[in-house]
Amino acid sequence: MSISAYLKQAGRVFGAAVLSAAALSAQAADPFKVGFVYVGPVGDHGWTYRHDLGRQAVQNEFGADVETTFVESVPEGADAERVVRKLASSGHDLIFTTSFGFMNPTLKVARDFPNVKFEHATGYKRADNVSTYGARFYEGRAVIGTMAGMMTKTNTVGYIGSFPIPEVVRGINAFTIAMRKVNPDAEVKVVWVNSWYDPGKEADAAKALIDQGADIITQHTDSPAPLQVAEERGVLGFGQASDMSAFAPAAQLTSIIDNWDQYYIDRTRAAMEGSWESTDTWGGIDTGMVSFPEYSADVPDDVKAAAEVVREGIIDGSFHPFQGPILNQAGEEILAEGEVYDDKTLLGMDFYVQGVQGELP
Amino acid sequence: MIALQRRADPSRLMGYLAPLLALGITLLAGLMLFAILGVPVGAAFYAFFIEPVSSLYGWAELGVKAAPLIIIAVALSIGFRAQVWNIGAEGQLILGGITGAAVALMFHQNDGWYVLPLMVLAGIAGGMAWAAIPALLKTRFNVNEILTSLMLTYVAVLLLSWLVSGPMRDPDGFNFPESRMFHDAALLPRILEGTRLHAGAMVAVGVVLAGWILLTRTLLGFALRVNGAAPRAGAHAGFSQPKLIWTALMIGGGCAGLAGLFEVAGPIGQLLPSISPGYGFTAIIVAFLGRLHPVGVLFAGLIMALSYLGGESAQITLSLPLAVTGVFQGMLLFFLLATDVLINYRVVFK
Repeated sequence: MSISAYLKQAGRVFGAAVLSAAALSAQAADPFKVGFVYVGPVGDHGWTYRHDLGRQAVQNEFGADVETTFVESVPEGADAERVVRKLASSGHDLIFTTSFGFMNPTLKVARDFPNVKFEHATGYKRADNVSTYGARFYEGRAVIGTMAGMMTKTNTVGYIGSFPIPEVVRGINAFTIAMRKVNPDAEVKVVWVNSWYDPGKEADAAKALIDQGADIITQHTDSPAPLQVAEERGVLGFGQASDMSAFAPAAQLTSIIDNWDQYYIDRTRAAMEGSWESTDTWGGIDTGMVSFPEYSADVPDDVKAAAEVVREGIIDGSFHPFQGPILNQAGEEILAEGEVYDDKTLLGMDFYVQGVQGELP
Repeated sequence: MIALQRRADPSRLMGYLAPLLALGITLLAGLMLFAILGVPVGAAFYAFFIEPVSSLYGWAELGVKAAPLIIIAVALSIGFRAQVWNIGAEGQLILGGITGAAVALMFHQNDGWYVLPLMVLAGIAGGMAWAAIPALLKTRFNVNEILTSLMLTYVAVLLLSWLVSGPMRDPDGFNFPESRMFHDAALLPRILEGTRLHAGAMVAVGVVLAGWILLTRTLLGFALRVNGAAPRAGAHAGFSQPKLIWTALMIGGGCAGLAGLFEVAGPIGQLLPSISPGYGFTAIIVAFLGRLHPVGVLFAGLIMALSYLGGESAQITLSLPLAVTGVFQGMLLFFLLATDVLINYRVVFK
């Protein structure tokens, strides 16, 4: 074959490929398209993994009527806006952006696509076509804090934080308050890793905390690495965002599971039926957004019972994780007995309570 | 046994062709990869390389992504030619973003025309200041600049994270670690209506030209190249080694700082705990892919940017995993290094 004939044929093959790709996307224009933007990889076994299970729940619920798409490991920064815009301009009707750092990019794109519905997780800025949603994970922290207080022998619990934002600080405080209710001598040491997902740094933080005497490790980062370290070093810990017992069968006492499945199904249905409105959802244990797997077999019965009291108390309203008296790090009372913090204070929380060591960055 | 034997006279032509050759082999290997993954090869090729730039908006995004890579990589190439190994452009970029943003926040109630130029100057100065530390340590104490510049990157990351969760935090932002959004006078003008393409893209082209003129048409460029190729010859010719080290690091730091300022004043529009997805590091690959030549860097930057956009597009349209992007970039570098080896060495069977 001469070179020109070869090129011609290559051109034909390539042209056909382009055409078939175009045909493929034309065909797919029919179902209701739902897009997801993830900050981590779907295989993080934590935060992003749970969101992706939610996406799969939507896909299973609606079958061929819905087409879901996701983009993973999207950096929080200049790239996020392009990804969101790309989903919006490629025919997606509903888009979930599942990290705090996607807030401003989501709003910027939403302005240009008034007919597309957006849902931003953990943010506080809304618009006519932008809802926000999050879960009261601090309720789960109160449950595991109670368990930690009863089970620590060194009275030192290690806490691996991602970024010092209110969401994370709230978790640390809820954990500490519940822990000190059952064990006033216990203290929390915090290490910040400045990342949501960095197994290397998370593992190093866990090692450092264990070396400083922590015999229980808990975390607000997305990978199972800290629990794996806990497993190796023979200390205890709690899973984050999903059941991580497969990674640390002996170490994981229980886990706080994020459950977005129902929310994603409900919101997709509302958008398909035209009843979608911009809302702010903050679900807790009572709505199932925050849930727990079975306690590990190593959890003593009295600890299980105490944890259940807290869990059920949160559901029926008799227990609030932020109930006065609450003391600050200096030991001064910042919330009087009988009072509870309102959501506004919780959403902007920027202080540590008594029992947390170190200074808030 | 297989051994490598140095070629007496490596082909210059092949040296220039190597990146193209590597690109071609990468494409072929990529197509094979798609075929193995069971993805229709044509559709995958389309999603990866054509779809991202099938619209004006796509081209604009390519410019947004490539501009910081090109600005930094041109500057790094100049340094690398002089054997000054500035690996910390990422940190210098972050510092430029910080100092530029500081000016924007200081003037946040001021709509004067001078706000943006001041930010640009501050950004350049910030990047230079960060690069000055390795320069000082290298020229005064002969400390390896690879280590100092790299490690200062981590210092810069922590500095930024401290600033956005403290002094530079948005007072109305519920204590979330980010600055307030910049006002209009502190934002880069867009050069294409309806897209995010900002003035930084034009500056990137300017930097390519300036870099090319500097390297090929000026005494300083000659001095830098001589210093890189034969430091002792350079010394005999009267070129001051410390001065060249300072120059190379100041050019690298200044350009990286400028790129950082362009990110915060352009597509981001505020200061965040993370303002760069590793542009400073990727630019090192871009510099070598572009054969340390400003014009080569221009193309290498565009190709690297396209591989990012293509990765996103392939995820959206074909549900291909993100790892494919990394595999593509890795293959490109691998094949480039492999072709380089074969240009400089011949394979002998003993």
